[in-house]
Amino acid sequence: MTTETLIWLIPLPPALAFFLIVLFTNKSKALSHSVGVGAAILSWLASMVVFFRALGVEHLGEHPYVSSVNWLPTGDTWFKIGVAIDPLGAAVLFFVSITIFMIFLYSVGYHNFGQPAGDHDRKGLPPHGATVEEHGHKHVVPSVEPMYSRFFAFLGLFAFGMYTLVVSDNLLTMFVGWEIMGLCSYLLIGFWYGKPSARAAAIKAFMTTRIGDVFMLLGIGLLYSLTGTLNFREIFGNEELMHTLATPGTTLFGLSLAGLIALLLFIGTVGKSAQWPLHVWLPDAMEGPTPVSAMIHAATMVSAGVYAVIRMFPLLSLDHNTMTVVAFIGTFTAIFAATIAVAQNDIKRVLAYSTISQLGFMIAALGIGAYVAAAFHLITHAFFKALLFLGSGSVIHGMEHGVLHTGNHSVDPQDMFNMGGLRKKMPITFWTFVIGGFALSGFPLITAGFWSKDEILADAWAHGHLTVFITLALAAFMTAFYTMRQITLTFLGEPRTKEAEHAQETPWTMTVPLMVLSVFAIGYGWVGIPEHFPVLGGILPNWFHDFVGHTLHEVPEAPEFSWVPLLTSLGVALGGLFLGWLYYRNVNSAKEDFFQIPVLKNKWYHDEAYQKVFIQPVIWLSEVFTPGMDKGLIDGILHIFDPITSGIGAWIRKWPDLWLINEKIGDGLADITQEAGRTLRPIQTGRIQQYMLFSLVILVIVGAILYFTLGVGL
Amino acid sequence: MIPLSWYLIFAAGLFSLGLFGVLARRNAVAILLGVELMLNAVNINLAAFWRYGNITNMAGQVFAIIVFAVAAAEVAVGLALVISVYRRHNTVTADEIDMLKW
Repeated sequence: MTTETLIWLIPLPPALAFFLIVLFTNKSKALSHSVGVGAAILSWLASMVVFFRALGVEHLGEHPYVSSVNWLPTGDTWFKIGVAIDPLGAAVLFFVSITIFMIFLYSVGYHNFGQPAGDHDRKGLPPHGATVEEHGHKHVVPSVEPMYSRFFAFLGLFAFGMYTLVVSDNLLTMFVGWEIMGLCSYLLIGFWYGKPSARAAAIKAFMTTRIGDVFMLLGIGLLYSLTGTLNFREIFGNEELMHTLATPGTTLFGLSLAGLIALLLFIGTVGKSAQWPLHVWLPDAMEGPTPVSAMIHAATMVSAGVYAVIRMFPLLSLDHNTMTVVAFIGTFTAIFAATIAVAQNDIKRVLAYSTISQLGFMIAALGIGAYVAAAFHLITHAFFKALLFLGSGSVIHGMEHGVLHTGNHSVDPQDMFNMGGLRKKMPITFWTFVIGGFALSGFPLITAGFWSKDEILADAWAHGHLTVFITLALAAFMTAFYTMRQITLTFLGEPRTKEAEHAQETPWTMTVPLMVLSVFAIGYGWVGIPEHFPVLGGILPNWFHDFVGHTLHEVPEAPEFSWVPLLTSLGVALGGLFLGWLYYRNVNSAKEDFFQIPVLKNKWYHDEAYQKVFIQPVIWLSEVFTPGMDKGLIDGILHIFDPITSGIGAWIRKWPDLWLINEKIGDGLADITQEAGRTLRPIQTGRIQQYMLFSLVILVIVGAILYFTLGVGL
Repeated sequence: MIPLSWYLIFAAGLFSLGLFGVLARRNAVAILLGVELMLNAVNINLAAFWRYGNITNMAGQVFAIIVFAVAAAEVAVGLALVISVYRRHNTVTADEIDMLKW
């Protein structure tokens, strides 16, 4: 099979799995997850084959794998859609396929496959546990998710959206994948739709990302109207076109056309990747099952947003003003989300804000032109954040086990202050979580997060973006601090509740993905060690920079080595981790925690502000307009039409319809036919000789008529 | 030589005889006989017109032979039908065979 064909086939298995599960196998849980996980494995295998073939191609950036078909006739030309894998695409495909596969596998364990059905579980609510009798005494065990098959179907569709987005060679199909993911995030965040909070979160996520999507669609439309194509290579490869687009001052605010398009597309990313000010949906998205959080936060959706900006980087980099906006949004989000994360107590919410913050790092990197660093951080982040989310899911799962054991359902299994001491109960989860957490903090030298974050900082320093550098360094410090806070509160010390004492390690389907991902959370950093790094640099070639950098026409230069960013990132990571441990090892309840500052705890009051500024005015408007405009004016006009139309209708029914058509034409025809039949019936005697006689008589008559009138001679 | 009109008059008479037989006789076998008479009257016409027209053109005779053949086949089928009807209804009277009636 050629590589191009294989690329076409990559997104297919999850989509097929979705339809198979929905249409046929949804009754059988085992069959459904086999189909789902099987599809994930197939896509993963195909992705690996493509990735490793792509590695072997020299100058892949100039000659990527491309294949396209005519899709939509546009006048004399065709709108083509197709697939393309360039170095960036291959690198993204690599992490996407692995994380998706791991999340599928993890979901099997997370949804308690193999456990009995719950005592009073209902569809749309998380399972509550089942009572089983063993050795003569009853105890409660976790029960299987009632909508198990449905979960895998949605997950499959989600994976399909992401794969489509990654392999697309044009903005349109990329946008299709983008929107499929928007839909799936809605379906999966609201998976437990019986909970009002989950419903609200699903709607919030959908609406908020939609704001970004509308702008993105505007950007795509503008781009298409200007260039007549949406194919990345055709646009970026056309130097004349790029030059025209880059002419400054042709649109609003002195932006160039390229800048305007890039800005519109970037707003799409702000929605999808949860950047300030559209970040509000992401923490609420924690209402979904944990594999979904991992799927959204690491493998697919938010990464897709950053991936889109990286893809559009050649366009983005044409306009200085847009770059500044991007850098500002990214940097601000990075520090802003980090401050909130410090004050959250829900284990998943801390990770949610850290995701926002880390995405801010990537966006900021793009804003200062650090293309490769952004892509590198995107990938390493995907690995360790998937690991952390799955790890937190494992922790929650273990805690739920404890809750079921004690039967005290008032204990929130997600609150970190209810945990503590879990390292002894859940060793695999503990160690993998520590690896993920250290990678997130940028623990020096061994973890992947260190290398990617260091590269962003080095880029910011080398290009003289001092504000960005200082802010990001501060954000990195806070990242290390809240990560250590999380680890300390969750795993270290002694159990703070009886539930934590009875927590249990999770099954292999959950721990294996953790172990696999932790390998990447450490090892993936080694492919991008800067060349001039002291001691370590040069032992391994900086493969990542060479490989991904060649996606662009002008290969970006690696930043010059400098001790300042290196010492900074060493300092903030180790300092943050140490201080976090130092402070939180003695904190035993939320009241003792100094950082429970109301403004941070309440996320800088964004939800409240949006409620006041956007939602309440809309509700007020609708309340004002409903009686006056809608009920009075519009309904009034409509009520005038009612008698007129019903009068016309009645008349038409009475005369043309009932009288003419029914009575005269319809019934009349039937009557005539019936009468003719009745009249002619007697001549059908059934006697052969009479028939012959009739025909003879008629022959004679017709002959006579012909002879005498028409003069047809003999 | 006998004039052509004699043959035609004879043939017309024979045809009328056959027609009468077909229409008036009640026995199905007799009806078939009437049909044969009508066919043969036509054959006489064909032969006569050949003889008094262009003798080198053989179409009349050939046509007459085809009519023989068809007549033979027709009688075979017709008699078979009559026998079949007789076996079922125990009659060969045309008036009583009125299964086609509405």
